Amino acid sequence: MKTIWIITTRELNSFFDSLIAFIMIILFLGFSGFFTWISGSDIFMVGQASLRSFFGIAYWTLFFFIPALTMRLIAEEKKSGTIEMLLTKAVTDRQVILGKYLATIILICIALAFTLPYVITVSKIGNIDTGGVICGYMALILMSAAYTSIGIFASSITNNQIVAFLMALFISLFFHIIFEVIAGGMTGLIGQVVNSLSVTVHFESLSRGVVDSKDLIYFGSIIFMGLFLTEISLSKRNSYS
Amino acid sequence: MDIIIENLTKKYGNQKAVDNISLKVATGEILGFLGPNGAGKTTTMKIITNFISADEGKIFIGGKLLSDNYSEIKRHIGYLSENNPLYQDMPVIDFLNFCAKIQGIEKSRIPGRVVEMIRTTGLNHEKHKKIGQLSKGFQQRVGLAQAIIHNPEILILDEPTSGLDPNQIAEIRKLIRELGREKTVILSTHILPEVEATCDRIFIINKGKIVADGTAETLRKQAKGSDILKVKIEDGEPDKIFKSLQTLRSVSMVDFADRKLNRFDIHCIDTVAKRDIFKLCVDNKWVLTEMTPFETKLEDIFRELTLN
Repeated sequence: MKTIWIITTRELNSFFDSLIAFIMIILFLGFSGFFTWISGSDIFMVGQASLRSFFGIAYWTLFFFIPALTMRLIAEEKKSGTIEMLLTKAVTDRQVILGKYLATIILICIALAFTLPYVITVSKIGNIDTGGVICGYMALILMSAAYTSIGIFASSITNNQIVAFLMALFISLFFHIIFEVIAGGMTGLIGQVVNSLSVTVHFESLSRGVVDSKDLIYFGSIIFMGLFLTEISLSKRNSYS
Repeated sequence: MDIIIENLTKKYGNQKAVDNISLKVATGEILGFLGPNGAGKTTTMKIITNFISADEGKIFIGGKLLSDNYSEIKRHIGYLSENNPLYQDMPVIDFLNFCAKIQGIEKSRIPGRVVEMIRTTGLNHEKHKKIGQLSKGFQQRVGLAQAIIHNPEILILDEPTSGLDPNQIAEIRKLIRELGREKTVILSTHILPEVEATCDRIFIINKGKIVADGTAETLRKQAKGSDILKVKIEDGEPDKIFKSLQTLRSVSMVDFADRKLNRFDIHCIDTVAKRDIFKLCVDNKWVLTEMTPFETKLEDIFRELTLN
């Protein structure tokens, strides 16, 4: 655990030193703030003291930002060769992956923490559903955790960051929208199965304020699969010299 | 800690990068690992450091099987890899702190250890600079510092002096020599005089196979079979001298190195050859003005063993 934390702090420092973290936070707040408060179907249009529109927007902004954060995690180290320096130290592959994973999640949580003033503002306007807000944030964090695990996997299969970014976006896109679209054209059991693979379904139900173990298991399994495949892919480093 | 490698084989596709290598390195020994490009040196080192796994064969480090005990064994290994990959955007001191922490050094001992490493590798003026801003030589020092920061019992150095200036090379060699007193060191290099200057033992591989293993001395003996003397004998007929030299029992072959200057290359099969030649000159009233034992250069041995 201590080793994981050492890697996490280094990774976080690197996020902030390379300005990626600042850019990500500014862009995330800029986009979500703009669409939540100023443009389109914003909070004032709804006429309710609810953050549902913000969650809907963050749902999309995070979808695009997470691959940009995860693309460098392993691909960069593979390209520069530092992965060799790191993995020949007293660490295991798993500790490295978990450390990097945790750092990304923390960064996303920091970005989300900056939107807490939204909660305060809305709660001053009217009666806010605190439980709903907590569930909404939980849904965002779980979704981010799932996409981060997909992103870190994409980063582990290549040493090109652009490829890692596009791969992560491509795989995430299935969960984000394609499964839902496919399921729309299907009926019966297969339709149900495909539909239940869609992040949207689980996100919606969570952010509506319903904590269902099905949703937690769903996100948990994506996270587990992503990290598990990352570990396999990282252990297959024999082919490059 | 000693290293025992048994029948190590590693394939990349169909090509055998390492082909059935067995090797023992004793504690406190500095082993020079030589071979042309693509001979399998780096692959072997990557396998010893458990970065990649072998297809066949076993490695025992300190008596323990590497593939079963790698997380424990890795603590005792310091590794400087070929291209010296470092986190370019980290300041030297932060990077060394990170390495110290990750190698599991006690928290209270970390600052002292980092300062010691900075002093040993002469990085004092560069310690707050980002690694990416340093010249190659200084980066190489950082690489060495990160490899020895946890005081490992085994040091694996892949071309440790590449990119350094002659002064730095001398310093690093001295450092390796000092470290090598208690530690087991394997170092690979292309610079042959370096091997002679630093290593106790030389190990040459070519195309994944062992072609030589021994001290510089034994390799020399193996390679040439006989000693060569360069002599100059004055006050005599070159042809007559040539013939008389050939009659000596301790001499196997005589060559003219320079006929006009009466210079000869003499291949001897016995150590008494020098005395015989001297006596011959005295008997014939020739003057022996030069006699130099000629050492086969390590370069020649290397070329002979690896070119085919």
